Amino acid sequence: MEGIVAEIMAKYNYWIYVVLMMIGFYAMIGKRNLVKKLLGMNIFQTSIILFFVSTGAKKGGSIPILDKQAALQGAVDVNLVVNPLPHVLMLTAIVVGVSVTGVALAVMLRIYRKYGTLEEDEILHKIETE
Amino acid sequence: MIWQLDLFLLMLVVICALATITVKDLLSATIIFSAYSFLMCLLWAEMGAVDVAFTEATVGAGVSTIFFIAAIFRTTRRSKD
Repeated sequence: MEGIVAEIMAKYNYWIYVVLMMIGFYAMIGKRNLVKKLLGMNIFQTSIILFFVSTGAKKGGSIPILDKQAALQGAVDVNLVVNPLPHVLMLTAIVVGVSVTGVALAVMLRIYRKYGTLEEDEILHKIETE
Repeated sequence: MIWQLDLFLLMLVVICALATITVKDLLSATIIFSAYSFLMCLLWAEMGAVDVAFTEATVGAGVSTIFFIAAIFRTTRRSKD
């Protein structure tokens, strides 16, 4: 029992990322309003980005900006800087996420013009009765 | 990386995420989501990912909030759940 609690406490941040991801997933599936679904998708995305960025973090690591002369003279001590590779990958993911949000909001505007509502059940009802 | 600050910010992030999907007014939900994005940006700056934090502060907390507010003003502000 002690071992399990220690194991959970050691990786507390991963558990909180999973909680955030499930909050977003619930909003995408359980909520009926389309804007709420989109907010849930954004929460889901940021939780995944947070997980990837946290894999590059180190205890006692500084930001990955080095002095040029010092870096040219000798090898860089990798224990003193965080890993910048996940940062670069996740930078792309943030930009893609915002463009997906923009396109989804444009589609929502079209849906509102046609059906006059953003609630999923009302839209489905109007499609069926047409 | 200071773990007390990390845990505090993570708690605030979870509270903001829960508030975003619970609030019935869509404009309030968007503003709370903007606060969520800013807390996320603080978390990344604290982890040493300054470039990601920079992008999130401009793009996540700035542009995407403006997109949401513009779309809500053109459609409806009320939500049933």
